[in-house]
Amino acid sequence: MANEVGTITWISGPVVRARGSRHVGMLELVEVGQDRLVGEVIGLKGDQMTVQVYEETAGMQPGAPIYGTGLPLSVELGPGLIQSIYDGVQRPLPLIEQAMGSFINRGARFDSISREKKWKYTPKANVGDEVKGGTILGVAMETDTFEHRVMVHPDDKGTLTWVAPAGEYTVNDTIAKIKTGKEEKSVTMLQRWPVRRPRPFVQRRGANIPLITGQRILDTFFPVAKGGAAGIPGPFGSGKTVTQHSIAKWADAEVIVYIGCGERGNEMTEVLQEFPHLVDPRSGRPLMERTVLIANTSNMPVAAREASIYTGITIAEYYRDMGYHVALMADSTSRWAEALREVSGRLEEMPAEEGYPAYLAGRLAEFYERAGYVDNLNGSQGSVSIVGAVSPPGGDFSEPVTQHTKRFIRCFWALDKSLASARHFPAINWLDSYSEYIEDVGNWWREKTGKDWLAMRTKAMELLSEEARLSQIVKLVGPDALPYAERMVLETSRLIREGILQQNATDSVDAYSSVEKQIRLLELVLYFHERGMAIVKRGAPINLIHDLPVVDTIIRAKSSVTNEEINKLDDIQKMIDQQMGQLDAEYR
Amino acid sequence: MSEATVLGGQEVVGVGRIEGPIMVVEGASNVSYDEVVEIQDVRGDTRRGRVLEVGEGFAVVQVFAGSTGLSIDGTRVRFLGNTLHMPVAEEMLGRIFDGLGTPIDGGPEPLTDVYRDVNGQPINPTARIYPRDYIQTGISTIDGVNTLLRGQKLPLFSGAGMPHDQLAAQIVRQATLGRVAGAPQTEGEEFAIVFAAMGVKNDVADYFRKSFTESGALTRVAMFLNLADDPPVERIVTPRAALTLAEYLAYDLGKHVLVVLTDMTNYGEALRQISNVRGEVPSRKGYPGYLYSDLASLYERTGRIRTSEGSITQIPILTMPNDDMTHPMPDLTGYITEGQIVLGRELYYAGVYPPVTVLPSLSRLMKDGIGKGRTRDDHPRWGAQLYAGYAKTQDIRALASVIGEEELSEVDQKYLKFGRAFEREFVNQAFTENRTIERTLEIGWKLLSMLPKGELTRVTLDEIKQYYKGDDASS
Ligand SMILES: Nc1ncnc2c1ncn2[C@@H]1O[C@H](COP(=O)(O)OP(=O)(O)O)[C@@H](O)[C@H]1O
Ligand SMILES: [Mg+2]
Repeated sequence: MANEVGTITWISGPVVRARGSRHVGMLELVEVGQDRLVGEVIGLKGDQMTVQVYEETAGMQPGAPIYGTGLPLSVELGPGLIQSIYDGVQRPLPLIEQAMGSFINRGARFDSISREKKWKYTPKANVGDEVKGGTILGVAMETDTFEHRVMVHPDDKGTLTWVAPAGEYTVNDTIAKIKTGKEEKSVTMLQRWPVRRPRPFVQRRGANIPLITGQRILDTFFPVAKGGAAGIPGPFGSGKTVTQHSIAKWADAEVIVYIGCGERGNEMTEVLQEFPHLVDPRSGRPLMERTVLIANTSNMPVAAREASIYTGITIAEYYRDMGYHVALMADSTSRWAEALREVSGRLEEMPAEEGYPAYLAGRLAEFYERAGYVDNLNGSQGSVSIVGAVSPPGGDFSEPVTQHTKRFIRCFWALDKSLASARHFPAINWLDSYSEYIEDVGNWWREKTGKDWLAMRTKAMELLSEEARLSQIVKLVGPDALPYAERMVLETSRLIREGILQQNATDSVDAYSSVEKQIRLLELVLYFHERGMAIVKRGAPINLIHDLPVVDTIIRAKSSVTNEEINKLDDIQKMIDQQMGQLDAEYR
Repeated sequence: MSEATVLGGQEVVGVGRIEGPIMVVEGASNVSYDEVVEIQDVRGDTRRGRVLEVGEGFAVVQVFAGSTGLSIDGTRVRFLGNTLHMPVAEEMLGRIFDGLGTPIDGGPEPLTDVYRDVNGQPINPTARIYPRDYIQTGISTIDGVNTLLRGQKLPLFSGAGMPHDQLAAQIVRQATLGRVAGAPQTEGEEFAIVFAAMGVKNDVADYFRKSFTESGALTRVAMFLNLADDPPVERIVTPRAALTLAEYLAYDLGKHVLVVLTDMTNYGEALRQISNVRGEVPSRKGYPGYLYSDLASLYERTGRIRTSEGSITQIPILTMPNDDMTHPMPDLTGYITEGQIVLGRELYYAGVYPPVTVLPSLSRLMKDGIGKGRTRDDHPRWGAQLYAGYAKTQDIRALASVIGEEELSEVDQKYLKFGRAFEREFVNQAFTENRTIERTLEIGWKLLSMLPKGELTRVTLDEIKQYYKGDDASS
């Protein structure tokens, strides 16, 4: 398959130059040196080619051969992706461990998808059917409950001349035959797709259904739509990873693709050890049974880190094409951008800002463009939502990756060092964050909960920005100088901050809030405000409100009231009525 | 080290260009990327280097000891045919080596035929065990609110002149495997210690040596010393040599290893210097764009793996230039490590030891090593409450400085008292004081009891009932 196409002339880290055939294609997958390390052609000039190598190049020498494959860098798609953990170029890490032990060696070669495993397959199409790219030929049970919809490759079409009967098949077995003109083609459950090419769809749809994450500050305050893109920038230790993990655990997506891109090995291990034991609140199945992990940790080869983002997004699109809602987390896109920078630096390209190549913005745009809520080729609808973490140097959001990312996302969750220091988690700053999906998802909330979420959210945001303004005054003169009505704003804002915005990812009850619980909590706090305001306006001293026992009860409700018993929040409302009622009577 | 005799190689006389620690060698063939070279000057003295870049008929070589005294004509370069390897053996504990791993204590080369590549290899995430066992350091600001686990990398962020060395020495001296509060202390196996010095003064190295001697740990310590007057480029290798031995001790021999690396800031400088000489495109403050990946290749050599009982715990020390935490060295370190312990000038001047500023400090793994069955059930919430309370104290201090303490509300005044007591009784402890986890928790509750119950929303009502000792009668 692979024939010699060149000879290495220069090596510097992950970048290799070679001289040879003029028939090598740009972005062609090549094998480099005697060890046949995986690489990709990233530059061509006359008979010179530049290759980025996805493995450690130590020990390689000029004069060594390069082999062409004629194919672009691609992923394998088929049943078996779910529950897998891959490196950046889709090599299965468990097999690497089996073969090489605890440390990753060079030259590992494994099928991304098992050729031996048999899948329970049921055909869904009949002989004589006209099929085209995306048509569902049948379903394989990828887990006990997850239907893997086997589709015609986007580039194929024709008439079905043969269909495999229901049974157990490997991904190498023919499950259908398609005739186009005179040619007949055998189809298996396995397809390949070049990672840098978005998979096709018919058209985009508006994104107006929220991706529910169970995180109150996200869903209630800064929602992202299914098919939307969100960025979560923050300095180190502010909560990017914990938030991404929380979304991966609780988001109402059917498939999760989690890309650990240039981050810690332990964090991937944590997911691997935790997800099989956590239960998806919707399906009742272990979370791992909807998850695909891509791990190219910070100490793994840097070029493969660059590829990992594309590997992940292609897998996400593949499940979208089946008609699923997919959420993709990339932690962290900054490390991916740095991989671009490192390779670009070795190529001695002209740098733009902070050493990043001029095409940084273009690459970011291409990535976030692959999010979307779409009509698929087969008529189904699916979505890919992207949540990208950004790691700005020094926590300074004016740096290039944060700034460019902002242009391509519509939802910005700004993490804040000082909130994190005070252990206010998630440390998402409610004044600096925004979502452009708010209007779009308003209807969904109304239909789902029967409540005017939009109005309540607006009211709460007003209170919080008023609090910010008043805090400036308090800093100068102390709280006593403020009139009671303004201090009431401070009291309620505290309830919003501590009782709603703060959410402890490690508390079993608090970690996930259902939509119903979220809206009821918000309603409760606003009700408290309304009642309290009426009373202080009549002259009741603010400390009487501050000292009401129900204040403590409201703050604790997030972790004392489970999602299954939200009617307990009605009891808290009764407490408000009763305790406020007494004050009300006293200050008539 | 003896690659030369093992592997043979090829030799070139005369080099093309010398610039700082970088040398371009022409005319060599069959040179590999990252290969080790042996360089002989006109007097016949040898030093070593490494291939940074290789093309047809030329190689760019980094000379560890620097190029002083090397000439264009008289220099002989021998390519040794392999990447940098070093011998590893248990008997290296108790010994002292230079920054490249050569013994400098007068003793013999370690007797072993196990040689390892100093660059190591990435641990497969599927092969790791997620850290869960906490290390009791006896220091409240660590055990209580920034708990260190076996297999964690937790740096000390400090500044020039602050007592980071003392704190590191105290951690090393007192570290024992943690136990559940109330359970008896079992005699566990003691940590093996790998100590690497990069560009620090001789008295720092002496301080640690003395401290290891006094605590009787010296036979469990391997020291790798690249001191301030040693060649800066060697510093690139020093932590790698130390970690290579640590990996052998932990993953081959099953030991629990504590690695202290000081001072990572000097390491970063060396990296920057080489990058600048090579004319690479810098990112921030002249540091190379690959600084993050390079640091990760050191810090990620920490943890536990499933095939071994052992563990590697790393405590890198960084002095932050100008106490600036956004400087690339602490910044990128903080992005990679599992938290940071930050020392602060203000507490230091106030005479608090250890001057740990808790608010910017963090242990990311703490949540997985504390609580029920590990330390005590209330520990996580107790810690969050102390943090929240102390954070609030900071705001109130700012307010008090404007309106005066007397003008503060009664509750705010209580916060001020709480804050002061927190610094004096919780943070502050003697260099020789080894607090049990029970004691740390007890001090914390005593402090929390200075606040009204209604302020304690992070702990449960039951915990308040059980541990709160205040005279607050409300709620
Ligand atoms: N929602 C949360 N609940 C509880 N703790 C949190 C939460 N978010 C962040 N944390 C704490 O903050 C620490 C740092 O968060 P992490 O996500 O690792 O930061 P980053 O990825 O931004 O560097 C975590 O180890 C945890 O202790
Ligand atoms: Mg992170």
